[in-house]
Amino acid sequence: MSPLRLEIVTQERALFSGDVDMVVAPGVEGELGILPGHAPLLTALSIGPLLARRGGEELWFAIHGGFMEVTPEKVIVLADVAEEASEIDIARAEEARQRAEQILKERPAGVDLETALVALRRSRVRLEVARRRRIRREGSARE
Amino acid sequence: MPTLRELRRRIRTVRSISQITRAMEAVSASKMRRAQEMTLASRPYSQKAWEVLVHLAHQAEAGALLHPLLEARPVRQVLLILITADRGLCGAYNDNVIRLAFRFAAVSRAPVSFLTVGRKGRDAVARVRGRLVADFSPMPRWPRFTDIRPIARLAMEEFLKGSADEVYIAYTDFINTMIQRPRVRRLLPLRLTQGHEPAVPEAVERIDTRAVANKTFIYEPDPVQLLDVILPRFVELQVYQAVLESLASEHSARMVAMRNATENAEGLIYTLTLSYNKARQQSITSEMLDIAGGAEAMRQAARLQIQTRLRTGVSR
Repeated sequence: MSPLRLEIVTQERALFSGDVDMVVAPGVEGELGILPGHAPLLTALSIGPLLARRGGEELWFAIHGGFMEVTPEKVIVLADVAEEASEIDIARAEEARQRAEQILKERPAGVDLETALVALRRSRVRLEVARRRRIRREGSARE
Repeated sequence: MPTLRELRRRIRTVRSISQITRAMEAVSASKMRRAQEMTLASRPYSQKAWEVLVHLAHQAEAGALLHPLLEARPVRQVLLILITADRGLCGAYNDNVIRLAFRFAAVSRAPVSFLTVGRKGRDAVARVRGRLVADFSPMPRWPRFTDIRPIARLAMEEFLKGSADEVYIAYTDFINTMIQRPRVRRLLPLRLTQGHEPAVPEAVERIDTRAVANKTFIYEPDPVQLLDVILPRFVELQVYQAVLESLASEHSARMVAMRNATENAEGLIYTLTLSYNKARQQSITSEMLDIAGGAEAMRQAARLQIQTRLRTGVSR
């Protein structure tokens, strides 16, 4: 099977470029699995994890909104913010999650709940991506 | 004629100034490179986004208004985003873009209000009592996309609620280290048709719009909603790139200004050293003349004494 070219770029930088076997992306209308030869597709992205498989390897990215263009041989992700799993500061994400949860629980006056909700989603995605990567690494260490 | 001490002090002063300017030149050079890299790093995104936008625009039937950000209407009020530096010491960099912006405002048929990014621009608008809608200064030293977003958001808001019928952006295009060119370009309404280019065109290569337009795609959600996602981001990106281009220009202008200052200082040191040496020579010469004159005087005095003694016949 011919490989799928994956490119992840943000306004500030090109984060990833390489051949992969499969991509699972967080579309606004649900998760999308993309294999080589996929029909041309243009979709908006929500906040979520993006998985790329390459051989037995799993690459995880946190994607925070944006859009994606799919052609049979290429997937281009234009994200507002994108992070590779290894870049994620787990402690900071955890802190952000707790802060957001607290705001949502206490609902203090003058704080935008919408913002807190988005912050919560972002931090959860970051934590999930970071955790998945850790699991992978432990898994491969046992092999 | 300045004294030796004065000259020495001036030489020392000028030398330390030249050391400072030389250091500032080196700093600006590295900052310029970094700003250039940031500009380049944002290009893949804008290239792709532009392609997608043009493609989406071609999916709708002609004449239909796809998105409020594309709406052209009679111009009663113009908003100009003016991007300058927060600091001076960068040659004519700030003046050039400010002058261009004011010239633009002078020939505009509709009144122009300003949105300034950078202290120098804000001060200039305040000086001529221009209408200032908002000011975003000082900018962080290395603006991130999230720092620029509010600027673009505000501009889009003004456009959408009708307080501005057109939005332009005045920035300095970084061509190379020696040349930076101030420009005024239209940001809104955006035109997505063939033959037009976006406000910061350096960021996108010419694309074959027909080839882009003819691909068949699945859209999630539909093209119009997708436009709603991509258009504001593209506008934000244009502002971001204009800021980065300006930043690279600022640093290269400062670099050149500092190089000139260093060269001037070196020239000054040369002339000052020359007059210092002259003055030193002169003082040595006059000292020697003094000594010679003194010796001569003493010799004459001694001879005079002997002659007097002889004449008066005084002897022991």
